[in-house]
Amino acid sequence: MTMTAKSVVGSRVNDFSIKLANVNGTGSASANSLLVQAIFRMGIPVSGKNLFPSNIQGLPTWYEIRVNASGYTARALDYDLVVAMNSQTYAEDIDEVSSGGYVLYDSSWPLDAKLAREDITFLGVPLAAMCLENFAKPRERILMKNVAYAGAVVALVGVDLEVVASLLAETYARNEALRDSNQRALRLGYDYAKENFECPLAFHLAPLDKNADSILIDGNTATALGCLYAGATVAAWYPITPATAVMDNFTRLCARYRRVKIDSDDPNVPASFQNNYLIIQAEDEIASIGMVLGASWSGARAFTSTSGPGISLMSELLGLAYYTEIPAVIVDVQRVGPSTGMPTRTQQGDILMCAYASHGDTKHILLFPANPHECFDFAAASFDLAERFQTPVFLLSDLDIGMNDWVVPKLEWDDAYVPDRGRVLRDEDLSEIAEFFRYSGEDHEFVTPRTLPGSHAKGAYFVRGSGHDKFGHYTETPDEYQEVVDRLKLKHAAAASHVPAPVVLRRPGATIGLITLGSCDLAVREAIDELAEQGLVADFMRVRGFPFVASVRSFVEEHERCFVVEQNRDAQLRSLIAIETGVDIEKMKSVLAYGGYPLSAKQVVDSVLTQREMP
Amino acid sequence: MPSIVKPLIPLSPLPKNELGLTLRDYEGAMSTLCAGCGHDSVTAAISHAFFELSTPPHRIAKLSGIGCSSKTPTYFVRGAHGFNSAHGRMATIATGANAANRELTYIGISGDGDSLSIGLGHLMHAIRRNVNMVYVIENNGVYGLTKGQLSASADIGSSPKKGEPNLLAPIDPIMLGLTLGATFLARCFSGDKEQLIPILKAAVAHHGFALIDVISPCVTFNDHESSTKSYKFFREHEVKEVQADFVPLQVPIRATIPSDAAKAVTMHDGSVMRFRSVPEGYDPSDRMKVEEYIRDRQSRGEIATGLLYLDESGPELHELNHTPKEGLNTLPFATLCPGAKELATMQEDFR
Repeated sequence: MTMTAKSVVGSRVNDFSIKLANVNGTGSASANSLLVQAIFRMGIPVSGKNLFPSNIQGLPTWYEIRVNASGYTARALDYDLVVAMNSQTYAEDIDEVSSGGYVLYDSSWPLDAKLAREDITFLGVPLAAMCLENFAKPRERILMKNVAYAGAVVALVGVDLEVVASLLAETYARNEALRDSNQRALRLGYDYAKENFECPLAFHLAPLDKNADSILIDGNTATALGCLYAGATVAAWYPITPATAVMDNFTRLCARYRRVKIDSDDPNVPASFQNNYLIIQAEDEIASIGMVLGASWSGARAFTSTSGPGISLMSELLGLAYYTEIPAVIVDVQRVGPSTGMPTRTQQGDILMCAYASHGDTKHILLFPANPHECFDFAAASFDLAERFQTPVFLLSDLDIGMNDWVVPKLEWDDAYVPDRGRVLRDEDLSEIAEFFRYSGEDHEFVTPRTLPGSHAKGAYFVRGSGHDKFGHYTETPDEYQEVVDRLKLKHAAAASHVPAPVVLRRPGATIGLITLGSCDLAVREAIDELAEQGLVADFMRVRGFPFVASVRSFVEEHERCFVVEQNRDAQLRSLIAIETGVDIEKMKSVLAYGGYPLSAKQVVDSVLTQREMP
Repeated sequence: MPSIVKPLIPLSPLPKNELGLTLRDYEGAMSTLCAGCGHDSVTAAISHAFFELSTPPHRIAKLSGIGCSSKTPTYFVRGAHGFNSAHGRMATIATGANAANRELTYIGISGDGDSLSIGLGHLMHAIRRNVNMVYVIENNGVYGLTKGQLSASADIGSSPKKGEPNLLAPIDPIMLGLTLGATFLARCFSGDKEQLIPILKAAVAHHGFALIDVISPCVTFNDHESSTKSYKFFREHEVKEVQADFVPLQVPIRATIPSDAAKAVTMHDGSVMRFRSVPEGYDPSDRMKVEEYIRDRQSRGEIATGLLYLDESGPELHELNHTPKEGLNTLPFATLCPGAKELATMQEDFR
């Protein structure tokens, strides 16, 4: 695949990107997110993407900031400014600067002459020397270098210094010393840049008012909020990158919103508290899903969060849940597989595994959020779906959504929301019926009523993963077995109209269609704009749930050719569409990016243009 | 495992418990295990224990994994809510169910394959979490449903019906439990109802994870000369010194229980576990001494049975987590969702 030529840096306002090359474990993350947060507060659409190693300290790590007034904040691949703070990766970092662009480096040491490039400008700031002079503690001298380069960037691209100062004041509200150190370091870099360079550079920021109704949030936090709002009371999990922050945040949120203080009447007994939740860090992912099933069987809203390796382990019990019809919500923050793969890199490689997880004939409900806003909405919706259809529901997020900060519209909640608890017979319902059989009495969506353990004796039954008939009794008789699994297939299909509908954007004169899902969203929409500029008009469809509604098939059929854009090697979404809708797979070409970094529009444009002429 | 409905032959008058139910109400379907299987005796003892405790059947959740032992919940307390899950995973399902609804009585039935091999990790962590449940291991040293492979509890030198003797050290769930901080550890013989029923009742009353290792011979695959889990071997080597009686809170102590009981432990619910015929110096609340005693017996080729260890003071899963007294599954949605206004307010943190 040939990349389009690197853009040449010119005078641009609110449309540029910065790459920051750091050593991990040196405290650069907070300096980098400080910049993103400040730009966000200036009302300008921005993204920050952390390209980090699976390591705690010492390896190269990058952070990319893209500013785009139109809101196209997918990965850029063209860097107007590279902040080169890691001498190990100088060569590759300097190579990535767009022609006419800039490199900011630590001039405390001379730069190797071999790294020189005629078409870019080197901005040397003696960061280490300045920090050595201004800070006494060794740790501080290292940490403050980050804040000092942030100060230089603030001056170079015109970040509002007042905004940065107030952010520092908020962050270190309870630590005056740290706040002062940060302010001083910021000024060191800022003043040096102001005195030595022409600030701001040709590409720079100008305040806008585009973020008034937006927030800056990562997907894992938003997912945890969705689970909190949906009323999840039991959660079980096992630590795994990149999903860990889902449960970290759920734990934090529960401690804040679900911990009830109990005052003591006795002055000698201290006040205690009650937790209206129970979170279990399990011994493994098998136990996590087992606990979720136990809790859901008992009528609590329960969920687990994991990544691909965890789903692999959960597979057996996911089949149990499917076959015994127990609700479960599974958050899968996808990372690069197979096997351990690249735990800190992003991919959409779990689509087929989750769609058909477990042995035998199984099919599950999948939701594909594209950003943290949808993580919140879909996380909450997944509990309704799981309980309505009495089956596992997967929220397929990914590392890019889960761990990076995104500018998204503010989250909204409708106080009129009533949880859909599905068909559950309570004691009063049981007293009115002659006999209860677990897998009989299906409704128009092929769902049969269930009872919860502890309910009236008439509602007692035996959950069994072994062959059972529509009464819930053990069977090895072909017809009786098939009757139940045939209903399960129909029940799964019935969920199509309940999962979020695809997002379709049509353009007059479109001949091709671009189909995508999840975090590819922004890159694909940007690509459609660029393709239009090059005379190729494309419609857009982002699927947001599985099973697919009929319009997924018709979208493919309506276009001469479709391109399915996804982040895995084997074109899993394309296969799933072909298998499940019966549409001719040859009508769909693939645009695949699976190296582990978030998708950029360039990759999509280049691939579509290359393949357009192919038979 | 087809279930066969047991014919209810009216044998009046059957004694009734406090709920007006008879023992028959605590039975289940007809067993499909081999005739003479030790597991059927355990099943019968469980029916008796719940009958005598007058536990409402629908307030019992009976769970199991996969294997011969795991078939047995079908054969007791038909009015209970049952869950026959996956091989080795019963403890996880029970933990989740208990997490959501602490108000039921949970009994899990497992075997040595289910608990000591495929599900060993889950058993160990359920012990650590002190999940309030009865956990019965019907231990026969052999995989029955797959026709006779040795399990991880088979003793060194013990032979399968076909094949070579076992050379690997056995896993002893009681010693394991002592190491992990278990709060209730008992070993019984399936053929000894007198011992098993009171221990089951105490396990139900116990406030936390109650592990009962029941040596339950497999008549088809492991009841031969070289097996240490055979009826013959066990009858010859059992040391029933740690005998105990369970006295429920509501029942006055009967005269049949010797007053010179060496040790009485008050259970969390106020009932009393009385240890009689306890060997001198044996203290069921002293972890170190219990371990020493069991090891000493083992070194002499003997198997100590009875309620071997009891600690009623440890907090169980819910106490450790400060959950409400009622089940989490009963909390009204309004108390769980912070609402739209709070969502707007908290999002100032994301600006």
